Amino acid sequence: MTNAATDNALGTAEQKATIEKVSIIVSKGSLEGIYPALIMANGARNEGIDANLFFTFFGMDAIHKDRHDHIKVATVGNPGLHMATWAGGLPGVSGLATRMMEKKIEALDFPGIPEFIEMIHDTGAGVYACLASVDLFGFTKEDLIDEVDEIITVGDFYEMAAGGQIIFT
Amino acid sequence: MTTTTLAGKTVEVNDEGFLVDPNEWTEEMATELAELHGVATPLTDRHWVVINFMRKEYFENGTGATVRKLGKASGVDTKELFQLFPKGPAKLSAMIAGIPKPKGCI
Repeated sequence: MTNAATDNALGTAEQKATIEKVSIIVSKGSLEGIYPALIMANGARNEGIDANLFFTFFGMDAIHKDRHDHIKVATVGNPGLHMATWAGGLPGVSGLATRMMEKKIEALDFPGIPEFIEMIHDTGAGVYACLASVDLFGFTKEDLIDEVDEIITVGDFYEMAAGGQIIFT
Repeated sequence: MTTTTLAGKTVEVNDEGFLVDPNEWTEEMATELAELHGVATPLTDRHWVVINFMRKEYFENGTGATVRKLGKASGVDTKELFQLFPKGPAKLSAMIAGIPKPKGCI
């Protein structure tokens, strides 16, 4: 009894709080909007945590067959790049910044977005598209990559996410 | 750090249950470690492909492989890795192989 009480107070490994499930919403279509969400989904699976990815609005580019290999870094309105806003808007600047980022990603042997999503899907994570966004952009299931399990409503999403953590990026 | 008995030998493990000294590990400990951490036993040849790859990686590079590296280089693809070690292939295979938890975000 005494031991159990002490263990509780100290928070032993067995009683440590855990996360069992994460549902990650990707709403932005920039490299910096998509990539961190993929790292989090993949990282969750690697820790044995259930994970679902839900793509909505411009985040849909990450699962669009013609666009998922052309995701760019946002060079306008991105103070983290330490570049004048007007310079970020010049033709070719976004492409240049993207190529620099892609080179770094490659040098670290990190996967590009298409390969990363395929890998995450192979880990058993769910990949879903938002029905409202599919309608809004006039997409069909055929426009989306094969890894997309289903096009779902926001209600389906909440049902799926129930009992877990929700992350919005 | 605590000590535990695996395959009749007393070994030191950290808070998560990883062996502190990979040199203390013996093949006989693998099954017991798997049972302790929820991996289905008996371990199959495919489990052993991953376990042996992890130990090789650790002794060559100082760290076990991440899931991505396992998927690319161990001969077992990502899908199968998760069938063999559903609660995290890199972490659990490292645990069973008696090496520290691999570092890396991807």
